[in-house]
Amino acid sequence: MSEFAMLLTSILTITLRAGTSLTYATLGEIYTERTGILNLGVEGMMLTSAVSAFAISYYTGNPWLGVLVAMLAGGILATIHAFLTVTMRANQVVSGLSITLFGTGLSSFLGERLGPESNGGNLVGLIGPRFSPVVIPWLSDIPVLGALFRQDVMTYILYLVIPIAALYLYKTRNGLNLRAVGESPQTADAMGISVTRTRYIYTILGGVMIGLGGAHLSLSYAPGWSENITGGRGWIVIPLVIFAMWNPWRAVLGAVLFGGINAVQFRLQADGTRIPAAYLNMAPYIITIVVLVVMTWWETLSHRTGAPAALGKAYMREDK
Amino acid sequence: MRVLLEKRRSVSRKAIVLVPVASFLVSLILGGILLAISGANPFTTYAAMITGAVGSGYGITEVLVKAVPLMLTGLGVGLAFQMRFWNIGAEGQLTMGGVAAAGVALFWSQSLPPWTILPLAILMGCVAGALWAFIPAFLKAILKVDETLTTLMMNYIAILYSEHLYYIAWRAEGYNSGTARFPEFAWLPQFAGRANIALFFALIIAVVLWFVFKYTRWGFELKIIGENETAARYLGINIARNIMVALIVSGAISGLAGASEVLGLSHRLQQGLSVGYGYTAIIIAWMSQLNPLAIPFVATLMAILLVGGDQIQMKMRLPASVGLVLQGMLLLPMLAGSIFNEYDIKLQKRSSSEAEQSPEEVQA
Repeated sequence: MSEFAMLLTSILTITLRAGTSLTYATLGEIYTERTGILNLGVEGMMLTSAVSAFAISYYTGNPWLGVLVAMLAGGILATIHAFLTVTMRANQVVSGLSITLFGTGLSSFLGERLGPESNGGNLVGLIGPRFSPVVIPWLSDIPVLGALFRQDVMTYILYLVIPIAALYLYKTRNGLNLRAVGESPQTADAMGISVTRTRYIYTILGGVMIGLGGAHLSLSYAPGWSENITGGRGWIVIPLVIFAMWNPWRAVLGAVLFGGINAVQFRLQADGTRIPAAYLNMAPYIITIVVLVVMTWWETLSHRTGAPAALGKAYMREDK
Repeated sequence: MRVLLEKRRSVSRKAIVLVPVASFLVSLILGGILLAISGANPFTTYAAMITGAVGSGYGITEVLVKAVPLMLTGLGVGLAFQMRFWNIGAEGQLTMGGVAAAGVALFWSQSLPPWTILPLAILMGCVAGALWAFIPAFLKAILKVDETLTTLMMNYIAILYSEHLYYIAWRAEGYNSGTARFPEFAWLPQFAGRANIALFFALIIAVVLWFVFKYTRWGFELKIIGENETAARYLGINIARNIMVALIVSGAISGLAGASEVLGLSHRLQQGLSVGYGYTAIIIAWMSQLNPLAIPFVATLMAILLVGGDQIQMKMRLPASVGLVLQGMLLLPMLAGSIFNEYDIKLQKRSSSEAEQSPEEVQA
């Protein structure tokens, strides 16, 4: 293999590793937003699920139990968000923010409290079970694209989840209903679809997927627990959904873009660049702003938007 | 029996006071449950937090020290929230304020008369915070770019930049991190313990903002934009200009918080400038229902939780983040309760005539 092909392979490998948690969370958020509920609690949900996943797999020795608990943690926080925004009609932005603030505090509390006595109750710095890359024979020998088959099992599952998520959204009755709720709750209501129930279901499902993203961070990407392990990934998910134009297929693009930035950063640092590390680390955040500006500008120019029409609005039968 | 929601004409006065108080109690109960599950006695923990925070002169001055940046950032984000501009970038605005003030104190002292340094450092702190808030405000006003995300991304950029400065670019020789100490004429005067006069700046700004919202046309315009943007447009209010001006003020107030942190407390730029005050500010502004006069009180309450958290870490070896969890929990019952502000909730027995058609169904 040429040197260039090897470089590409290594960048793609890191891209996929870094992009997995982002893609899970982006898919989850797409489903939630498609029903008209904006969930800004992603960061807090990813943190809480990452710490619970690590704690459970550390004590049981079984990372799958960790994944399960992470899904549960994401689902519970999403249920709170659904209750506040759907049932209590609270402002969706503020509710999401408070879920993030709560989740951030809770995760650092749990991280300092759930650890073993020998480590002062701390989970930081411990080594637990993890999902290691599983190299698939033959396929992994393909030049460059072989990187697709040198991933951990959660990434392989993601390869299945993406098409399922897209087909469910576009080709099934349930998918049609949930899109209807996000576009025009009044019409959906008149058609006999329960707006409340739909929004609850997919907000919680979204939380479960976000939980999977958190689990991947502490069980494979990091692996381990450290405070604020997400480094803002939960926030980057929100513009990624816009970038994907609420389409599950395109969720991959954004995650690859941001995973790719991570990979390039990683390579540059490994090669001993003269650019200060801080400036390299700013790249994802600056690019997020640029992506937002470009997407917003493009939407204004082309007079089209991918956003569900009822996104961010509480629904009441009386107000029309 | 069915539950009916009726939109109120005006916000309920009783609910405005009762909901935050009830939310505080509910979050204490939930926090107590969490403490109990994690194997700590909630009653002794809470008692230790309270005595740690307000049971000694040291505790009280520390509460004041922590309350200042919380008041300022709370006032800053509260101003933006009035227009429903979701400025969650107070953390970055504070950080840049601290960076700019430190820059003035470190590098302008040689060439300018000493008495000008402190006012200039404060001023440049405000300017830097204002600039940091202006970028997202400009993007929102001109291009309609969502401000929640841009303000937040600006936080990460500011924090990385400040780290670069105190770890590498501005690091004092012989230290692993942190700049050199500022000359003493660049320090904010302290009046009790570490509590410094920035407290009075915060209180004055609170009163000024209250006056602005109560009596001035500008305050009225901001409120209208927040309540009903379409109406604001019909009234001929220039929304883009208001967003930019308000965010310059909002960022400047948070920048002042950063300046007062470095000039009044650390006397150098070092780790610990950005500790999440800008996020707690969101909780404070919302708990205060955006009332500038309520913000100093709520900020002090939050400072008690933070200092109390530090105290139980030392005394009971419990994580200081208990304070953060309690703060994070505050908004959840508060949001659930906000429905009482805007809606009348009525329980109605289904009478025979209504059994067929309930009022809601008639309208639907």
